This record gives sequence, C-alpha cells and structure tokens, in this order.
Amino acid sequence: MDRLPLAGLNEGDQGKVTSIIAGGQATKRLYEMGFNTGAKIKVIKNDRGPIIVTLGSNKIALGRGLAEKMLVSKE
Amino acid sequence: MANTIALVGNPNSGKTTLFNALTGSNQHVGNWPGVTVEKKEGQFRFQDQVYNLVDLPGTYSLGAFSEDEIIARDYILQGHPDVVINVVDATNIERNLYLTTQLLEMGAKVVVALNMVDEAESQQMEFDLDALSKRLGGVQVIPTVASRRRGLDKLMEATVTEINAPLRNGATSISYGPELDVKLATLTELLSIGDLRYPGTWLALKILEGDDSAQKIVLNDQVLRGSEELGAFLKEVAAHKSELELEIVDGRYRFVKEVTSGTVLRPTEAVRTKTDCIDRVVTHKYLGLPIFALIMLGVFQLTFVIGEDLLGELFANGVEYLSLLVAGGLEALGSPDWLLSFVSEGIFGGLGAVIEFIPLIVMLYLLMGLLEDSGYMARAAYVMDNTMRALGLQGKTFISMIVGFGCNVPGVMATRTLESRKDRMIATLINPFMSCGAKLPIYLVFIAAFFPSYGGLVLFVVYTLGILIALLMAKIFSETLFKGETSHFIMELPPYRLPTLANVIRNMWDNVSGFLTRAGTTIFMVVSLLWILAVLPLGVEAYGPESILGRIGVFISPLFKPAGFGNWQAAVGLFSGIAAKEAVVATLGMVYAGVEEGVELVNAIRGAFTPLSAASFMVMTLLYTPCVATISTIKKETNSWKWAVFAAGYTFSVGWLMAVLVFQVGTFLGFS
Repeated sequence: MDRLPLAGLNEGDQGKVTSIIAGGQATKRLYEMGFNTGAKIKVIKNDRGPIIVTLGSNKIALGRGLAEKMLVSKE
Repeated sequence: MANTIALVGNPNSGKTTLFNALTGSNQHVGNWPGVTVEKKEGQFRFQDQVYNLVDLPGTYSLGAFSEDEIIARDYILQGHPDVVINVVDATNIERNLYLTTQLLEMGAKVVVALNMVDEAESQQMEFDLDALSKRLGGVQVIPTVASRRRGLDKLMEATVTEINAPLRNGATSISYGPELDVKLATLTELLSIGDLRYPGTWLALKILEGDDSAQKIVLNDQVLRGSEELGAFLKEVAAHKSELELEIVDGRYRFVKEVTSGTVLRPTEAVRTKTDCIDRVVTHKYLGLPIFALIMLGVFQLTFVIGEDLLGELFANGVEYLSLLVAGGLEALGSPDWLLSFVSEGIFGGLGAVIEFIPLIVMLYLLMGLLEDSGYMARAAYVMDNTMRALGLQGKTFISMIVGFGCNVPGVMATRTLESRKDRMIATLINPFMSCGAKLPIYLVFIAAFFPSYGGLVLFVVYTLGILIALLMAKIFSETLFKGETSHFIMELPPYRLPTLANVIRNMWDNVSGFLTRAGTTIFMVVSLLWILAVLPLGVEAYGPESILGRIGVFISPLFKPAGFGNWQAAVGLFSGIAAKEAVVATLGMVYAGVEEGVELVNAIRGAFTPLSAASFMVMTLLYTPCVATISTIKKETNSWKWAVFAAGYTFSVGWLMAVLVFQVGTFLGFS
C-alpha cells in the first residue's frame, strides 16, 4: 500500500492515517482530534492554503505544514 | 449548601447553549472553537433545589495542551464539583467520547448529555442508549436538544440521581493494551506510598502520558521523591515518552470504539449536506477572500444604514427631548446653576452623545453575532490562513482580531486559544488596532460632519486600515521580537447552523449592556471628572482654554500640530479616550461648549476641523493607545507590566506617525 503525505492526496481521495511525524504536541493534538492510526479520512479540498478533510462526520482544516507530516495510505 | 455541577464538552458541542438554557443567564455563545475562555457560573432551580452550574472551557481533551484544558482539568480535580455534565455532540459522538473517557479516568461522577440528537436523527443516525450507558460503566446518557430546551428535565433528573449516588472508586475498565496496563498497575502501586491529593491511577496514567504537571505533583511529595524505584521507573518512562503517549490515546479510542460499535448506527453513505455546498463557495481558492471582504463591507454598510439613518435620528430626538424635560424639571425645582450646568452640559452633553449611538452598536453586535453563530467565522480563519502565514501568524489569530472589533478586552482574551507563545504575544499586541465598538461613535461624528454620503465606505476603509496596520505590525514583530516557527493550523469547520434569534439577541444584549454599564459607571465618572476639570479653577470660562482641562489640552496639543489637529479641544478628547474610548465623543461634546445635541456637535466639529484633519484625527483615534481596560487585560494575560506599557506606548507612536503621514501627504497632494 502506498504511503503518501496527506498533502499529496487529491480532492476526493480517501485513506487511512498510518503515522504522524509532527513533533510531540502537534502529533498528540491530531491524535486527540481523532487522527489516530487507522482513522479514515477523505480529502475535501486541497488547492491552496490549509487542506480540508472529513474525519467521521467532522470537517477539519489542517495547515499544509501539518498535512506534509501526516502519512496516509490511500484507498 | 447548593450542589455544584460542572459542564464539560468539546468546542461546538452546544455546551454554552445548554448552560444558557439551564440558567437563563447572559452568556456569549459562538460557533467557532474556543469561544468560552472564561469560567462562567450560574444558578438555577430544579424541583425546589438550587444548583450552581459552572461552564468550563470547551476542550477536546483534558491534558495540559493549552490553558483551557488545564483550567477545565484542575477544576474537575480540585474544585470538586458534585457531578460533571459532559455535553456530547451526537453527530460527532466518537470524537466527543474521547473526552468522556478522560472524565472516567479521573473518577469523576459523570452524566452524558447526548446533545443535538435532532441533527443526528436528520442524518439518520441511531443510538442504543441503554447499551451505551452500560458500556460506559453505568454513566447515564440523556438525549437533549439544548437549543430547543428538549430533554433538560430528564437530564436534571439523571444529574440529581448521580449526585446522590456513591462515589466511583476511580478504577476504570479501560484497557490500554497488555503492556501498558502492567506499567500502569506498577506505577499506581509505586505511588500508593505517597500522600497525594489526586487519584493514584489517574496520576499514574498522566505520568505515562508524559504530563509534566502530573510528574511535578508526584515529585513534590517527600516520600515519593526519595523512592529510588520510582526514580528508575520515571527515567524509563521518559525514554519512551512519545510512544507511550500515543499508545494511551489509541487505547482511549479503542475504548470509544468498543462503546460505540453496535450502539451507534450511521448510514454508510454520507449525505451531501448544505454545509458542503456553501463551503465550496466561501472557501474557494480565489473567491474566498473577496467574499469575506464583501461580507464585512456588508456588515458595516448595514450597521450604518439601519443603525444611523433609520434609527439614529429617532434616538437622538428622544435623548434631546429627555434632556429638555430634565432641565425643565430642575429649573422648576429652583436648582442651583452649577447643577443645571452639570446635568445639561456634563451629563446630557457628554453622556447623551454616547447614548445616541446605541442603535449603531446594537446593529453591529447583532450582525457580528449572526456571523459567529452561523459558523462562518471558522471559514474566515481558513481563508485568512494563507495571508496570516505570510505574515508569520496563522489563520486562527484572525478570530481574536475579529472579536476585537467588538471590544479589545475579549479580543485579547480570545488569544488564549492560540497554542504558541509567539502567536499569542503578537495577537495580543496587535489587537488594539482592531477598531472596537466604542470607537464607532467617534468616526460617526466625523463622518456626519465631513463625509455624510460615504458613511459605510469610510467605515470600511477605517476598519480595513486597522487590519492592515495590525498585519504589518505582526510581520514586524514576528521578525524582530518574537522569532520562531509559526504554530500549526488545526481548525474544525462546524456545520452551518441557522442562528437562533434568542442566542443572537442574548449575545448582542451582553455587549450592549456592558456598554451601558460602562456608560453608567466608568464613562459617567470620566465625564464628571472632566466636567470638574472644565469648570475649575473657579471663575474661569467653563470648558475654556483657561480651565484645568483646557490647560492640559493646550499643553499637549503642539504634539498634534503636524497631524493637523493641534487645537486643545482635540487633544483633550484624545486624552480622555485613554480612560475610555466612549469618552472621546462625550468630551468633544463638552469642550465644544454647550453642546447638547448631535447636530450642534457635528457643526462644531465642522468648524474646528477640515476634511483632511478629520481624516488624520480618525486615523489617530483608530490606532492610538487603547483604553485602560484593554491595557490592564494585556497586563493580566501576558502577566507582565512591561508588555502592557509597551502596548500602550507603541500604539501611540504608530497612531501619531500614521496621522502625521495622512495629514502631510494629504497636504502635499493639495487636499485640505
């Protein structure tokens, strides 16, 4: 399975979070918001600025810097 | 003694709405994460019993990630509420139960309010409440719709039952994986010899999670500090900090999954919602920013048209009528001249000038409240992120700036939701440039005098200039005083909700009543004091240049000559504005002698200023030193007088420089 940074996914792509390497605090925050290993996400928007994904029924905007550090296996 | 109930929940879970529904108290309700930055308390009656309700900050977790989390956590552990109502957004139950899990770990008595079940039902979600409750270790789960007051009686019944129930023993049935469970048991055992005021299992878990404050609590204990075994264990923990941390989070989510599997049913295919359609437009790559600008322009234009043109005159006439009535009454009673002068010139001339702007302030707060409650603000932060990032900040900072439009005091407090010190300091220091509601009357008087046909546009330009200066200073600060990496942008985009009238009006009334209270206290005192300064020493012409007030003005006015308003009256106005921005118009009303009515004040202003000096004066009032309340809030939030004094000083310099620039360049270009 391909492991890509979230920022590399296109709009409409779905995937599962495999790991986050963003430093202690940010990683934990993402985990606590539900981006823990295996969490299913779908990219809603990825053009300029933060990337918008859905996580469950949530819509969350993630800064591009963070999205580079979140590895996702595309489905 | 009344029992105390604490409200805990994620941002956007409807926690504040529930607080209002239960207490009926006035509290600000927003729709973007982190609006509840202060601990709010209220009281209410249920079945002839009085209960205290404490609204804790909305958080995703109860770690030590931000101040909000620490406030909430410490309150639950040390404030000893009799029970915690955990507000859970039903549409988002999985993530919300993460917080519930942490409450269970603390051994708190918990009742879950499964809020917004109506929205969940419209998404065709189903809940097995009994099974949910059982899997949560017997915690009662009560469906509610706080915004429509549905389920509140049942919630309170459950809460009362829980208050009277015996205390949980602190042990939870949550497993974090075999290895971690062993570690947890070992550490709990090691801690048991100490004399700690916290539940041992919870402390052990927090230490494994890498929580520094938990470790500090343990090491403060005499017995534990001496334990070699514990020391070795802690060293071991420190070596695997990041893995342990994430394993525990995973453990909690596994628990949540166990709780929800089979008890929460969702349709497999998500329905395309209205929110997605709106978002496609307002977060568009190119359209997002212009739409945001248009919305803000619309807010100011509407404020102006309805607040001033439609209602303003009506209100002004009312105030004038009242003034004549009171003056007539006092004269009939044979009141002394000084009292007449104080009332008609000091009170109505000064305070009346402030009161006349109430319709405008009401409009501005109504419209801003609508925007906040609708959920658009989070999108504004999103579209601003790129711009803010280029300036060394992140999009969320912009929310504290928008709050500053209402008042800089909550604006500065809203910076608490920012995680890094760099972001917080910069956002705090630039907040005074966001033109607060109290400055609005100043612009309006000058607009009425010089630019009556362009009211909305002038307001828009003034507010935009404030934003631009704030952004410019942010850039300068981020490259000089506060270097370092910009923090990451993580922001929930809540679904759009039709704002409820009650919430918007409550929000507006909170602000307007604050304004009225200030008008009745601070501003009244400032106006009275200024009146005294204006008539002393005895025998001089009241409000004349010979009075104490006049002399102060005469003394400082040369400073403003290069900016085009070197007259002493303007200087006195600015001077009083440091006490409270509302006092500027009030003071101008007083010093331009005998002014009781808006029209006369406007005429007096027209005589004393030119269009160009009016513009430079507006720029000065926009940017110069914030009011005392803001300065003291900056002191409180930064915990340093140095930064408070710095904020007061540098804003004055910036305001003066910009005012001089406007006047000098304008003169050079041939304006007058």
